[in-house]
Amino acid sequence: MSSQGDQPEEEGQSKEAEAKPEAQQKKIEILALEKGIVDKITGRFGDKVNLVYAKPRRIRFDVKPEDVLDFARFLHDEIGFDQPISVAGTDYPKENVIQVVYHIGCCTIPEYASSVFAFALKLPRENPKTPTLIPVYRGVEYHERETFEMLGVIFEGHPKLERLLLPEDWADIPPLRKDFGIKGR
Amino acid sequence: MGLPPSMQVEESEEGRILTISVGPQHPGSGHFRLVVKVDGDIIVGADPDPGYVHRGEEKMCEYRNYIQNIPHLERPMIADSCGILYPFCLAVEEIANISVPERAQYIRVIMAELNRCIFELYWLGIYGIFLGHSTMFMWPMGDRELLIDLADAATGARVTHAYFVPGGVRNDLPENFKERAIRQLDYFKHRLDQYKDIFYANPLFLDRTQGVGVLTAQDAINLGVTGPVLRASGVKHDIRKVEPYDVYDQLYFEVHSMNEGDSYARAYVPFLEMYESIKIIKQCLEKMPSGPVRTKLGPNPRGPAGESFKRVEAGRGELAYYLVSDGTPKPYRVKLSVPSFRQIPAMPHLLKGAKLADMPAIYWSLNYWPVEADR
Repeated sequence: MSSQGDQPEEEGQSKEAEAKPEAQQKKIEILALEKGIVDKITGRFGDKVNLVYAKPRRIRFDVKPEDVLDFARFLHDEIGFDQPISVAGTDYPKENVIQVVYHIGCCTIPEYASSVFAFALKLPRENPKTPTLIPVYRGVEYHERETFEMLGVIFEGHPKLERLLLPEDWADIPPLRKDFGIKGR
Repeated sequence: MGLPPSMQVEESEEGRILTISVGPQHPGSGHFRLVVKVDGDIIVGADPDPGYVHRGEEKMCEYRNYIQNIPHLERPMIADSCGILYPFCLAVEEIANISVPERAQYIRVIMAELNRCIFELYWLGIYGIFLGHSTMFMWPMGDRELLIDLADAATGARVTHAYFVPGGVRNDLPENFKERAIRQLDYFKHRLDQYKDIFYANPLFLDRTQGVGVLTAQDAINLGVTGPVLRASGVKHDIRKVEPYDVYDQLYFEVHSMNEGDSYARAYVPFLEMYESIKIIKQCLEKMPSGPVRTKLGPNPRGPAGESFKRVEAGRGELAYYLVSDGTPKPYRVKLSVPSFRQIPAMPHLLKGAKLADMPAIYWSLNYWPVEADR
């Protein structure tokens, strides 16, 4: 398990709590179940992914767009998280990042059923592009379409990246970006 | 005689394909359009087009503090207003580290289950309209009023309760609530027994729904559908059981599932769940301790920067909130993962190859509520 030096995220299972000055370090106690999942992921992907947290029943990794398809396939086929729950985009103008989080649940393996696995992509705000995960999780189709129109994230390979909820004549910037303001507020 | 502009005919080698725009009139629960391509009366393609009742709930959340967000967040689903607020309160409690008194947890479970019944009856009534079965509309709508009266007595509002707040519930139950609830629930159970004979054994209802729109377990998981739709396909996945919140782990109830995966199973699973809801409410009324029902919060509750992902089993399925806090009293980002939105991919999947006349039976069995899906 490793993490890039510039990231404030914590290392999950390292025994000694090494002092990182930039991060608000508190030692995470990873439970056996979560540790098993985290170990499998880090064993396969190593440096490419970054553990953000492993709370009871909630795990989140940060993934790069170039690895996300492999990561999702591994999560789906090898670990067994098979049910897409949500795709949420969040705009962080200060860091110049749009973060897309996939939340994946599991309903076939009883011991994982209580857990929600999340993996996030940090995309540049000017050109947010990431491959679509429809080949792995069929159900993310409409979630990705929504994230496209609400935050302007391009999901490459998506069969129908069109307007979904907004009016047909919407001519403004994607409304869930922070620089879009509601009138009068 | 020309076709209206919304209908088009395409000639191809396979035959004549007619495109029909179904909606966006109100088909029973909110404005929604379905673009259907038919060859004869067989559907060869369906394209859901939601968005007619989009209100920007997620954006609105970013402009209000946590408490101000309560009333407008239940608007997308007023038929199950406790269900849609529940995960929001759980998420805010995790972010701001608020504890909930035990009595409040029991009251929340009571109200969530009561709202589940209110919701399922509403849904069943509209299913009756969709299938042309007017008794099936009148009876559930009538019985629903009794449960609404009960919810009204506790919360002061018929459907938009705004009853759940971070830290508990808004007020305690009225004095005679227990006796009244038990009397209503006993009558309701008696009515459910009648529903079984009159609706679920009705040959007309069976003909319209059995074997129609079969969703296999594998497809159900992969398409991401949830709730009764998922359980009707044989996947026993209920958040109340797999990840109990509040006091659900101290209550006895069963999770029902069926293996058929057809529209009938999708209508029968919610029916069985109403029996379980009655059981849960009665247990809560017995076990409920006395004490406070709300943790006093400061004027602007807030928590440290962080995120929370909380989910509950609402009437239509798994309802989750992804809440991001930046340390201010207003949420930085609120994402509602609503069950109706998750049922959309199942619609084109099931409608392809079905008869046009089966479209209402399939559409409504998916438990899809346009207002909730659009948010």
